[in-house]
Amino acid sequence: MITREPQIVDPPANTFAAVGRALIQAWQGAGRGLMMLLGAAAQTPFLFSRKNRADVMNQLYLVGIKSLGVVTVVGLFTGMILALQVGLELRRYGQENSIGTLVSISMLREMGPFMTGLVIAASVGSAIAAQMGTMTVGEEIAALDVMGISPLRYLMMPRLVALAIMMPLLTVYTNLLGIFGGAIVGASQLGISWEAYFDNAFRYAENKDLYVGLFKSFLFGLIIVTVACYQGFTATEGAVGVGRATRRTVITSFLLILVVGYFVTRLFYQ
Amino acid sequence: MIRFENVTKRFGTHTVLDGISYDIHHGETFVIVGRSGSGKSVSLQNMIRLLTPEEGRVWVGDDCISEAEGADVTRILARFGVLFQSAALLQWLNVEDNVCLPLRQTQHLPEDDIRARAAEKLALVGLEGVGDRMPSDISGGMRKRVGLARAIVTQPEIIVYDEPTSGLDPVISRQIDLLIDNLRQRLGVTSVVVTHDLYSALKIGSRVAMLHEGRFAVCAPPEEFVASSHPVVRDFLRAQGIADMDDVRKAFDT
Repeated sequence: MITREPQIVDPPANTFAAVGRALIQAWQGAGRGLMMLLGAAAQTPFLFSRKNRADVMNQLYLVGIKSLGVVTVVGLFTGMILALQVGLELRRYGQENSIGTLVSISMLREMGPFMTGLVIAASVGSAIAAQMGTMTVGEEIAALDVMGISPLRYLMMPRLVALAIMMPLLTVYTNLLGIFGGAIVGASQLGISWEAYFDNAFRYAENKDLYVGLFKSFLFGLIIVTVACYQGFTATEGAVGVGRATRRTVITSFLLILVVGYFVTRLFYQ
Repeated sequence: MIRFENVTKRFGTHTVLDGISYDIHHGETFVIVGRSGSGKSVSLQNMIRLLTPEEGRVWVGDDCISEAEGADVTRILARFGVLFQSAALLQWLNVEDNVCLPLRQTQHLPEDDIRARAAEKLALVGLEGVGDRMPSDISGGMRKRVGLARAIVTQPEIIVYDEPTSGLDPVISRQIDLLIDNLRQRLGVTSVVVTHDLYSALKIGSRVAMLHEGRFAVCAPPEEFVASSHPVVRDFLRAQGIADMDDVRKAFDT
C-alpha cells in the first residue's frame, strides 16, 4: 500500500541536527522513490491488459503530443542560440563553416536530452505531482488502496511507460529542430549555405552521440516520473502540501537531470 | 466481526487511542462519535489498515488486519466497502466509471455485467440516469451517494462510513442517514459509522460509542446513550440540542 503513517518528529535541537535529519530524510526519500519505481516497473507486463491500456494510451498522448508545442520552440531556439554564439566566435577565426558540427554534436550529446528533460520536468512532472498530490490529500489514493487497486499499477505505471517511451522520441525531435535552427542562423546571419551546414553537421556526428543522448533522455524520463509520483504520493497538508510537492518535483528533477547527465557523459566520454 | 484488542495509537508524543478494546457484531451498525480530534477517524483508519497501531491488534473475523502483509491485506480489505469523508471520487471519470472502477480493476467480469451491477447500485442509492455526469457537475450529497454506490458495488460484508453527513445540509444529511439504515437492512451488512452528528448516530446506530481522551466514555444502545449521566456525553447532547430520543425522532419526522 502507498498509504503510510504520518511522519511526526520533534524539531531539531540545533543546526547540525537539522542538517543531519535533512540528509537522512533525503536518503529515505531516495530509497522509497526507488522502491516505487521498481514496483511500477514490475507492473509493466500488464501494459496492454484491458485494465491499463486506455490509461497508457492517454498518458502517451499527454506526454508526447501535448508537449510538442513547447518542445518545438525550445528545440528550435536552443539550436539557433548555439549557432549564433559559437558562429560569431568562429567567424573571427574564419571557421564559421564548422558550426554545423558543433551544433549537431552539442544537440545530440547534451542540449537535446537536457533541454527536453527540463521542459518535461517543468510541464509534465509538475502536472503529475499536482495530480497525485491532490489525489493523496483528497483521500483518493487511500480509496484506491482500500479497494485493492494498486496506485503503482493504476497511476504510476502508465506514466512511467509514457515518459520512458516519449522522452527519447521527444529528444530526437528536439535534436532535429535544434540542428535545423542552427541552419537557419547559419544561412541568415553567418552566410553559410544550407548544403555546407548539413554536410558539416552530419559528417562528424557519430551514432554513439545519438545513442548516449537517447540513453540520457530515457534516464531523465525515469527520474521525472519517480520524483513526481513520490512527491505526489507523500503530499500532506492540503493545498499547501500539493504546492510544495509540485515545487520540489521541479527542483529535484532539475538537479538530478544535471547530476545524472554529467555522470553519464563521464561514463561514455573519457 | 471486528475486534479491537487493547489498541494504542500515538502520533509523536500524543496518544490518540489509549488501549481501546471493543467488538462490532455481525449485522449491527456501530457508531463512533466524539469531538474533533478525539480519534474517531484514527480508529476507523486502523480498522481498514490505513494506519497500524503501536500496541494491540485489530481483528476482522479470524484475520488480524493490523499484522497482515501483502496479499493478505488485500484479501481482508475485499470484505470492506468504504465511504470516505470527501467521497474520494476520481475526478476524470464519470459517475458510472467511478462505480465500475473496483470491478474493472479487481475482478474479471464481462463489461456488460460490470455496467449492470453499477446501474443496480446507483439505483439503490437513488441515482438513476446520472451515470454520464462528472463528479464536478453533481452536488455534495450526490457525490456521497456515488461514493456509497462504489463502496457497495463489490458486495462487501462491512461498510465503513467516515463522516457521511459532514458538509451536507440537514435535509440531505437525514436522507443519507435513511440510506445507510436502508442499505443495512437490504444488504444485511455490518456498518461502522464515524460521525460528530448525534442525530445521525442515534437514528442509525445499534450502538453508539463516545470517544474521549483515547477511550470510550460510553458505548451503549441509543436509548441508554441518551440517558447516560457521563458529563462528556451530557455536554455533547446539550450542544446538539438533544434531551431524549423524541428529539431525534422529531428531526427525522420533519
